[in-house]
Amino acid sequence: MNKQHSQPPRAVDFDRLNRAWYIDKAVQLLVFVGGISAVIFIIGIFVFITKEGLGFIIGDFSFTEFFFSQNWRPTSEKQTTYGILALIAGTASVTGLAMLIAIPFSLGTAIYIAEFATGKTREYLKITVELLAAIPSVVWGFIGLTMMNPLIIDLFDVPVGLSVLNAGIILGLMAAPIMTSIAEDALKAVPDRYREAAEALGATRWQVIFKVVLPAAKNGLLGAVLLGVGRGFGETMAVLMATGHSINIPGSIFDSVRALTATIAAELGETAVGSQHYQALFTIGISLFVITFIINLIADLIIRDVRKG
Amino acid sequence: MFQATPVNHRNLSRQKLFRFLFGSMTALLILPVIIVLSTLIYKGAPVISFEFLFANPTNGMTAGGIFPALLGTILLVIGALLASVPLGVAAAIYLSEYAPNNWFTRAINIAIINLAGVPSIVHALFGLGAFVIFFRFGTSILAASLTLAIMTLPIVIVATRESLQAVPMAFREACWNMGATRWQTIRRIVLPNAVTGILTGVILEVSRTAGETAPIMFTGAVFFLPFLPQGVFDQTMALSLHLYVVSTQVPEMPAAVPYGVALVLIGLVLIMNSVSIALRMYLRGKKKW
Repeated sequence: MNKQHSQPPRAVDFDRLNRAWYIDKAVQLLVFVGGISAVIFIIGIFVFITKEGLGFIIGDFSFTEFFFSQNWRPTSEKQTTYGILALIAGTASVTGLAMLIAIPFSLGTAIYIAEFATGKTREYLKITVELLAAIPSVVWGFIGLTMMNPLIIDLFDVPVGLSVLNAGIILGLMAAPIMTSIAEDALKAVPDRYREAAEALGATRWQVIFKVVLPAAKNGLLGAVLLGVGRGFGETMAVLMATGHSINIPGSIFDSVRALTATIAAELGETAVGSQHYQALFTIGISLFVITFIINLIADLIIRDVRKG
Repeated sequence: MFQATPVNHRNLSRQKLFRFLFGSMTALLILPVIIVLSTLIYKGAPVISFEFLFANPTNGMTAGGIFPALLGTILLVIGALLASVPLGVAAAIYLSEYAPNNWFTRAINIAIINLAGVPSIVHALFGLGAFVIFFRFGTSILAASLTLAIMTLPIVIVATRESLQAVPMAFREACWNMGATRWQTIRRIVLPNAVTGILTGVILEVSRTAGETAPIMFTGAVFFLPFLPQGVFDQTMALSLHLYVVSTQVPEMPAAVPYGVALVLIGLVLIMNSVSIALRMYLRGKKKW
């Protein structure tokens, strides 16, 4: 009856090559460019920081000296040495202490929000945690500098309050809300029928949590911890302001240290573009990029695995 | 009749114990921050006045206001949004509406996660190497905005992708059946239904951009400028960097001034986040499907 229906498909295809069709194809290309931009930027970050730091690496670069010497003397008159061991120790001690604080508290909080709290309480707690995660790092640094510093001096009777302890607590409080939200997501991803089955067998709430929910959410929680470590590791402003910024392998938590990130932030402004010092700072940047990339990749693989299963 | 056995009692008391334990952990995590923020408000509020917000800093930044820093932060945020929102929305449309489920899409997702996870100081190094030196923008608002844009791109992408995917597939199918092209469907059906969700992401990005310090330190923000920036190739002051400067770099700084700056910065960030959360709740309540 209708003549159009009997026409061959080619004619229909030809008919569709109108303005809307071309716009559609153009948009497809455009959003594809947007889609690959993230990949381009990640590669771009690696290429550009490598480009700036390369001169240092291919120059008289000693792998052992860079990673295993604790002498970071970029402006020394006699001999400049670039050893980042003390800086690594600074970053590791602060991040380690921060994780000691943040992991139990964020997991505890996530369990409370996901398994115990109900209704409005749960909503309010989730909003609070989200707001805490939004506090900028420079504000945390300021808190460490002006509030924690005198508090630590008073409480522990030490001469300086800017130390591993100060930065560790600040960084722990900073990383905890983020870890809490990711951990809570992981707990929420455990299907309710698991809980119902366990409760039907007579298990109490804590038995359900410890024997069923936590084992089932294990990987997601591990991913949350890893992302927290990555975050603490790469934090700049808070550790710059709260660690005391002296190059030191810490003997106790009251020692001042200096972190890798903070070194870049403090020194880059004073170096001449292209100088050896400048390139050494970029080499630290390359190390930071590679390490956080690996941590994030592992965390992503673990969390993705959970979603699939 | 049901009679509670010792085992029941033990289970119940443990139940209470763990509830108390995790509850107090939650309190211990949240309360210190509330106390700290209250102190911040208590000490910072007296400083804040019309003059503090809208006057230039004077006397080596120890007196006067923070207007250039406030304006600088606003300019940087606008610049970052102009670059990252179109790009981020395009990326999210691609990932939600076009991307096939293959290794390439996975690579994009991994890149997005890493873009969010790379330390901010590394973004600063990238901004310096790429925008300031390679593209010859110099230390400028343009270079700093672009650095911030790349850093906060994942926030826009993730929020937009989530709100696009929340639009039911049936909406799209109905539209395609009417003979609409993919783009017509996205433009007329998908985007209008997702726009509030995208907005929450954009507001979150504003809050994050305003608080960042490290990425702008070497790309366009400076400690002090005696005049306001005139164009995108000028340097600027910024609120976050100003807080760092007044709390560490200026000798004989009156103790109250940094509290005032911190309060303005954190107020800005928390208000933005609250708006974003409120919008999301409103959206959840309104949703009909």
